[in-house]
Amino acid sequence: MSQTHVVPTRVYYTIFAILMFCTYLTVQVAFLDLGALNTVAALAIAVFKAVLVVLFFMHVKYSTRLTWVVVIGGAFWLGILLALTMTDYLSRAWGTFG
Amino acid sequence: MLPDAVEHHHPALAHQFDSLAQQREAAALGMWVFLVTEVLFFGGLFATYAVYRWWYPDAFAAASHELDILLGGTNTAVLITSSLTMALAVHSAQLGRRRLLLLFLIATMALGCVFLGIKGVEYYHKFVEHHVPGPGFEFEAAYARQAQIFFSLYFIMTGLHAVHMIIGIGIMLAMFWMSWRGRITADYYNPIEVSGLYWHFVDIVWIFLFPLLYLIGRHA
Repeated sequence: MSQTHVVPTRVYYTIFAILMFCTYLTVQVAFLDLGALNTVAALAIAVFKAVLVVLFFMHVKYSTRLTWVVVIGGAFWLGILLALTMTDYLSRAWGTFG
Repeated sequence: MLPDAVEHHHPALAHQFDSLAQQREAAALGMWVFLVTEVLFFGGLFATYAVYRWWYPDAFAAASHELDILLGGTNTAVLITSSLTMALAVHSAQLGRRRLLLLFLIATMALGCVFLGIKGVEYYHKFVEHHVPGPGFEFEAAYARQAQIFFSLYFIMTGLHAVHMIIGIGIMLAMFWMSWRGRITADYYNPIEVSGLYWHFVDIVWIFLFPLLYLIGRHA
């Protein structure tokens, strides 16, 4: 019969603890005045948490290359959506100065 | 007669697959392709959020202060815990431990309901405080119009997320029924695995919604 990769529960509990700590961390960091870095910190923590969920809870770490391609492809296309949209909106006001 | 083929044919193995492993891989891959479309579905809303927050940073910060961090944070913890119980449900399915699988599915559904309950309390507060966009909307005059955009995005994004939660709970009910009927075994647990992928995806959406909606400009 086919073998499946059974992840030890210890891994799930560890990831759970890290995710909970990161939630606490993101709230604490929001109350520090870091200027523009507040948004960067919030997004960095959120991306870190999402990557942990994808790799361990969603088993991508133990999946085939083809699955990796689909997951990374999805992230890449989301990047295109956000980056190209923002290059437009961020640069619109430039022509109005000077 | 093909004795070999008969011997190796598992009742859960569909005829187009060579093996249960290949069938499982195909199921997970198909789910991932669907989840990528979901990423871009929510992505459009996140892009809208980014544009308006870039235009009206002060109004977004002021409006964000009206959200309850305690309720939002609690809901984040509730969802992360539900992701843990979901992962443990898949784990139990892989080992063929039916009772444990049923228990973890119930826990996941219960936590999903707790999340929706807290979300309902938050929505109720917003109605009472006149923070629902529309003719009855009230906010400090300087930011009144832009704050409506924030709250529109708040209700659309959390609302779409809540719809996904409701669908998720429905899927878990179906999974509970399948497991109850003994259709999930250590050899064939694809439905649980794939439902788990969906549940974790919905968790990830909230992982981004929480800081972006609740935690803007809190240091000011």
